[in-house]
Amino acid sequence: MPPLSETAAAPAATARRVRRFTPAERWIHRTTAALVGVCVVSAACLYVPDLAQLVGRRALVVTVHEWTGILTPVPVLAGLASRAFRADLGRLNRFGPHDRRWLRAALRRDHSRAERPAGKFNAGQKVYAAWTAGAMLVMAATGSLMWFTGLAPLMWRTGATFVHDWLALAVGIVVIGHIGKAFADPEARRGMRTGRVDPKWAAREHPLWRTEDADHPDADHARDVH
Amino acid sequence: MDATPGDDERGDGRGAPVGRRILLGMLGLGAAGMAVAPWAQRGMESALGAVADKDPTGVTGLLPNGGGFRYYSVTSSVPHKDDTNYRLTVRGLVDKPADYRLAELRALPQARLVRDVQCVTGWRVPKTPFEGVRLSTLLDAAGVSPRAKAVRFTCFDGAYSESLTLEQARRPDVLVALRMQGKPLGHAHGGPVRLYVAPMYFYKSAKWLSGITVTDEVRPGYWEDRGYDVDGWVGKSNGRDDAPTV
Repeated sequence: MPPLSETAAAPAATARRVRRFTPAERWIHRTTAALVGVCVVSAACLYVPDLAQLVGRRALVVTVHEWTGILTPVPVLAGLASRAFRADLGRLNRFGPHDRRWLRAALRRDHSRAERPAGKFNAGQKVYAAWTAGAMLVMAATGSLMWFTGLAPLMWRTGATFVHDWLALAVGIVVIGHIGKAFADPEARRGMRTGRVDPKWAAREHPLWRTEDADHPDADHARDVH
Repeated sequence: MDATPGDDERGDGRGAPVGRRILLGMLGLGAAGMAVAPWAQRGMESALGAVADKDPTGVTGLLPNGGGFRYYSVTSSVPHKDDTNYRLTVRGLVDKPADYRLAELRALPQARLVRDVQCVTGWRVPKTPFEGVRLSTLLDAAGVSPRAKAVRFTCFDGAYSESLTLEQARRPDVLVALRMQGKPLGHAHGGPVRLYVAPMYFYKSAKWLSGITVTDEVRPGYWEDRGYDVDGWVGKSNGRDDAPTV
């Protein structure tokens, strides 16, 4: 599968493509995406009347939703064993002056390159990552309160249901936005699928990213990490 | 325009830990949401309820607390039954087992109840009229044996079941319902015939009712095998404190 997409991508630059994600990181993304996907679809089948009527099987759909939901944080937690993933979490966490500039430009809908400086991840990606991580934890916590009804008094369960329902709506919209962004940028998708990107794309979209050496993908990049 | 060396120095992995702050902020918002939920929910319910009354698109029905009924079925598909093929059987510890067609049920004395419907998952539909035959009418017609203690209900979806004690089943607010909100019961609402147990959570009101069996003990129903209370009084079971529906 990887060779296919790589040859299709950019014949001239195949050798020079730069590493963006390690196999471990791509697997974290894939498994998280699969869990979230099934969790969201099963939620829709419980919640949207027409889908509920079409699918039925309520006890089964509830079980699928509960388990995919509670397992969603697992790939990220397991991924902490990967040095590259930890390094990327560090990059996602820290916001420099250029990120502020990027966000201000985004609010003005200014798409000029000069106003959108970005490291390995742009400020929008950083905000998305942090917001989604927080939202997933809140969904897992409130979902657990609804699942294990003995955990907390009813007051809490009512509150958990309220937060879970409304945040689900927000998560649905944000995840659709995430998928929409990916659809709009084939090279970004290729980066997540194959682990490598066109250096011209990297220079254009992520000018402040000190790309890791494409010829030595396994070299230690500790200098980028703190 | 291009990244200067100075910019590069301030590139990845440096700067304020804003990501962590956003994540912790979300956790804080979640906790705050839980704390204000009792008030916020009431406000949302009344606001959305008012909008839903005048909403031709039905979008408000998809929002949390948007009001109205939710469709729950435990099977993949439920057969449709009508005048031609619907039968309600009364069996078990009775003197006169019986089979009722829809027209026969309609010909019996009808009762009307207007109560709130309360689901154990939290949604509530206020003042919903149900019409049908009192369950006690059917039990009296069948002649219940002195050994009988309970009534079991089975459904033509092939999976759902429910139970009531004989005492509960004889209450005047327990109907074999044929109509809801002034219309014949539609398929999605459990039509053509469903049970309606007004004082209990709505899972007790079995949809697509096809069998009534008088038994010598209460046999837990579908959701009760999965942890719900057999005596499902609204506000006094399943760890909930909703306002009673009677």
